[in-house]
Amino acid sequence: MNVQTPPEKLTAKDFASDQEVRWCPGCGDYAILKGVQRTLADIGATPENTVFISGIGCASRFPYYMETYGFHTIHGRAPAIATGVKLANPDLDIWVVSGDGDALSIGGNHTLHMLRRNVDLQFLLFNNEVYGLTKGQYSPTSRTGMRSPTTPTGSTDSPVNPCQFALGSGARFVARSADVNQKQMPGILTRAKDHKGTSFVEILQNCIVYNDGVWDSLTDKALKADSQIHVEHGQPLLYGKENDKGLRLKNDGSFDLEIVTLGENGVTEADILVHNETNRTLAMLLAGLRAPSFPTAMGVLYCNPAPAHDEHILGLVAEAQSDGKVASLNDTLRKGHSWTVD
Amino acid sequence: MANVAAAEETPADHRESDSAVVRFAGDSGDGMQLTGSQFTLATALAGQDLTTFPDFPAEIRAPAGTTFGVSAFQINFGARNIMTAGDLVDVLVVMNPAALKTNIEDLKPHGVLILDVGAFTDRNLQKAGYEANPLEGSDLDDHYRVVKIDMSRLTLEAVKEHGLSQKEALRSKNMWALGLVYWMYGRKRKATTDWLNAKFAKRADIAGANIAALDAGHAFGETAEMPAEVGIVDIGVAKIEPGVYRTVTGTETIAWGLAAGAELAGLQMLFCSYPITPASAILHTLAGMKDHNIVTFQAEDEIAAACAAIGVSYAGSLGVTSSSGPGIALKGEAIGLAIGTELPLVIVNTQRAGPSTGLPTKTEQSDLYLAVFGRNADAPLPVLSISSPTDGFDMTIEAVRIATKYMTPVILLSDGYIANASEPWLIPDFDKYEPFPVEFRTDPEGFLPFGRDDTTLARPWVKPGTPNLTHRIGGIERNPQGTISYDPDNHQLMTDLRHQKIAGIANDIPEQKVDQGTEGGKIAVVGWGSTFGPISRAVYDLRSEGLDVSHIHLNYIWPLPRNLGELLGSYEHVLVPEMNTGQLLTLLRSQYVIPAKGLNKVNGKPFKIDEIVNAIRDLPGSK
Repeated sequence: MNVQTPPEKLTAKDFASDQEVRWCPGCGDYAILKGVQRTLADIGATPENTVFISGIGCASRFPYYMETYGFHTIHGRAPAIATGVKLANPDLDIWVVSGDGDALSIGGNHTLHMLRRNVDLQFLLFNNEVYGLTKGQYSPTSRTGMRSPTTPTGSTDSPVNPCQFALGSGARFVARSADVNQKQMPGILTRAKDHKGTSFVEILQNCIVYNDGVWDSLTDKALKADSQIHVEHGQPLLYGKENDKGLRLKNDGSFDLEIVTLGENGVTEADILVHNETNRTLAMLLAGLRAPSFPTAMGVLYCNPAPAHDEHILGLVAEAQSDGKVASLNDTLRKGHSWTVD
Repeated sequence: MANVAAAEETPADHRESDSAVVRFAGDSGDGMQLTGSQFTLATALAGQDLTTFPDFPAEIRAPAGTTFGVSAFQINFGARNIMTAGDLVDVLVVMNPAALKTNIEDLKPHGVLILDVGAFTDRNLQKAGYEANPLEGSDLDDHYRVVKIDMSRLTLEAVKEHGLSQKEALRSKNMWALGLVYWMYGRKRKATTDWLNAKFAKRADIAGANIAALDAGHAFGETAEMPAEVGIVDIGVAKIEPGVYRTVTGTETIAWGLAAGAELAGLQMLFCSYPITPASAILHTLAGMKDHNIVTFQAEDEIAAACAAIGVSYAGSLGVTSSSGPGIALKGEAIGLAIGTELPLVIVNTQRAGPSTGLPTKTEQSDLYLAVFGRNADAPLPVLSISSPTDGFDMTIEAVRIATKYMTPVILLSDGYIANASEPWLIPDFDKYEPFPVEFRTDPEGFLPFGRDDTTLARPWVKPGTPNLTHRIGGIERNPQGTISYDPDNHQLMTDLRHQKIAGIANDIPEQKVDQGTEGGKIAVVGWGSTFGPISRAVYDLRSEGLDVSHIHLNYIWPLPRNLGELLGSYEHVLVPEMNTGQLLTLLRSQYVIPAKGLNKVNGKPFKIDEIVNAIRDLPGSK
C-alpha cells in the first residue's frame, strides 16, 4: 500500500492569481474575493479541480484573480457554459460569479433553467442594484424611483428579488450574505460548496462609484444587529442587539410574518418561529423580508437537496451502455434494412 | 392475425424504362411520407438507384383538405445513376382535390394520374378552392392518362373483416395506393408487411387492415382493366458498386458522422441543441445513441445550446451545436467567444428558406454569408458544406478533424433538402478510417495558454483538472501569455494570427477537383451543397451532346481550396447555380475577380435539371 503524504495545506494567498485586481478602490468585490479565497483554503480545495466561470460585468472579472481554472465568458451566459462544463466533467468544482444585471437581466433565462435543472455548482450573485461596468444605469434589482443616466426622473420598474426568483425557479439551495459580513461568509460558502446541485448565494455588495451606500441601512455597524437576521436551521428566528426580537406568523390568516419582542405582551421563545431550511414556504417569506419594516434575512434560507442535472443526464448515458461497453458504430450503421449488391 | 404474409407474384406483361419518377400527394394526415419511405425501401431492395424529395407543410395538422395541408413525397428511381428527385413526374398519385390542385403542374404530359375519386366530395372540392369538379369534363383526360379509382370505398371493403371504425379503416388508404404502385413497378411487399407488423405489434387489427389494403391495391392492379399504357413498368437493376447498402437521409449521416468524428478524435461528444425545423432530427437521432457514449442536452434556447457546447469543449470533450438559420443567428456572439478563446466547436446549420421564420420546411442555401461573414468584428472560421445525404458522413468527420486540430469553431452547412431526402448509401467500414486523436497539453514546462503550434498555429488544449496548468481564458483580447491585453499592437498581432490560422487550413484540405469534365475549357458550372444532383445530371446530359462544360462542386467554402482561383480562371465562362440570390457568386467574384454569372432560385424547391441545362445553353460559350 502506498503511503500518502498529505498535500501541503494551501492558504488564501495560494488562490490569488498574479493578476493586478482592477476593481475601483473601495469596491465591495475585494472583500468577497478575499472571502472566497479564504473559503477555498479552509475547505482544502485543489486549484486544478476548481473552475471559476463568469459572464460580463464588474463581478465577472472575478476568475482572472483566482489561481484556479477560469473562463470569463459572455454577458448572461455563464450558467449555460457552466452547464456544459459540468456535463463534460462532473468531477470539476464549479463556481459561477455573476451580478444582478448579468444573472437577472440579460441572463435571466439561463439562471432560471440552471436552477430548475439543479446544475451542480455554486452560483454567486453580487447584487449592487446597479450597472457598474456600463457606468451607472439602473438594474433589474434597482429600487423603483432610482435615478440613473437612463432613468433621469427615476425608474418606474419593479425590482426582482433574487432569492425569491431562485426559489420560484426551483432552487434547492438559497442563501444570502453581504460583502462586509466577513465573519459569516466562509460558513455560508462552505455550505454552498457542500450542497450537491445549484447553490444560489446572493451577496449584497456595495458599488462605491455608482450606488454607494445602497446597503448601509443594513450593513452599518451600529444598525446591523437590528437590520439583519441570521437564520440557522433548527434555531428560533431571533435577532437584535439583545437578541430579543423574533419573527412569528401573524395570527390573522394572512400568512405574513410579524416582529415580536420577547417579554412583551407575554411573548416567550416558544412563540418564535424555528427556522426549517427544508421548508420552501418559510424560505420564500424570509427572502421577501424588506427593510425598513423588517430585518433582512441572512444565511442559508433554504436547503433541500435533490439529484443534480449531471447525475440524471450522465446516468442515462451510463445505463445505455451495457457492461460499460460503448456500442460499435459499424454495427449501428448496419442496423435496420440493408441490402447487398454483388 | 398480425403476421399476414403477402403473396408475391411475378408480373406478366410489362413495358421497359430506365427510370421513373413517382409522387404521392395527399393531405398531411394521409400518411404520404410513410408511403414514400416504404416505396423508397422497396425500390432500394429491388436494386435500383434512387433519390427522394419529401415535401411537407410547416403545420403539423393543417386543416384537412386544404391546399396548404398537402404533403407530398417524390422518388426518382432507375437502372441508371439517379442524381436528383426528378424534374417532372411520370406517375402522380393524388388522394384528394387539394393534392391534385397543388401537384398537377409537375405531371408530365400524358403522365399517369391516379386519383381517389372517393375523396372528390363537394366539401373537399370547396376546401381545395375548385369551383367545378375537375373530374367532370375532359380537361384532365385530354392531357394525362387518368385512372379514377374510388380508393376510399375499396379500402373500406378490403379492411372490413378487421373491425375498425370507418375513420381508422380509411387511414389504410395510403397502403392501398402503395399496393397499386407496387404492382406497377413489380415491387415486393414483404419489407412493408414486416414493417407494418412491427409498427403495429400491439394493434394486430390495424396491422392486418393495412396489409389487407396493401394487398387489395396490388390485386386491383392485377385484375382491374386499366387504361391503355397503364401497366407494369419493368425497370432494370442499376449498375451499382458492390457492397452493403442502406438508405440514408442527411440527418442520419450527419448524426453518425459526428459520432464517428468524436470517436476518431478520441473524445466524448456532447451535442447541445434547441429544437428547430428542419434541424431537430439530428438531436432526435443522437438522443437515441446514448449507447455510443453520446450525451445530448436540449438547452433552453439557441444561445444556451451554443454556450453549453463551448463549455463542453472548454472542459475537454467535443462540443457540438446545431440549428437552422434563425438559430445560428442567435448563436453568433457565442461563436465569437469560441473564436476568441480558440476552442473547438462544431456548428451544424441545416439551412431553410428565410429571412426570419421564412419557410421553415422549405429548402434554401442562403446562409453562406451568415456562415462565412455573419459575426461581429474580424471573426474568421472554417465553413464546410455537404452536397448530398451520402456525403454527410465524411464531411462531418472532416468538420470534427478541423475543429480539433485547429482549435476553432467550424460551421457545417446542410439544408432542408439534404436533411430529409434519402439515397442509397454504400455503408463504409468505419474500422478503416484513420483516427486523429487529440493530444491535450499536460506539460507545464514553457506553457503559454495562447502559445501556438508552428504549423497549424493552434493553441494548446488543456483540460481543467490538469495539475500545474491553471490559467484563465475569456472574451477580452489576450496576449500570447493568455493575459488580458488592451495593447493596440497586441490586438493587431492576435487578429492577424487568428486570420492566418484559418487561412492556413487551405494547405490541409484537398485541392479542388473537377467532378465531371476537364480542367480548363469553355464552361465551368460551380456549385455547393444540395445543387449537386441537378448540376451533375445537367452537365452529364450536355456533355453527352458534345458540349464543353464541366462541373466543379465545393465542399470547402472557407477557406476556399488553394487551387480554386487558378482552376476557375482556366474556363471561359463560369456559371454558379445557387438556391439564393448569389452568395457563393459574390464570394468567388470577390476572391478571384472573375466575371462569374449566377443562376439563382429561391422558391423553396430544388433546381430542376432543365433549369440548369437551359442556363448553360444560354451562355455564350455553349454556342
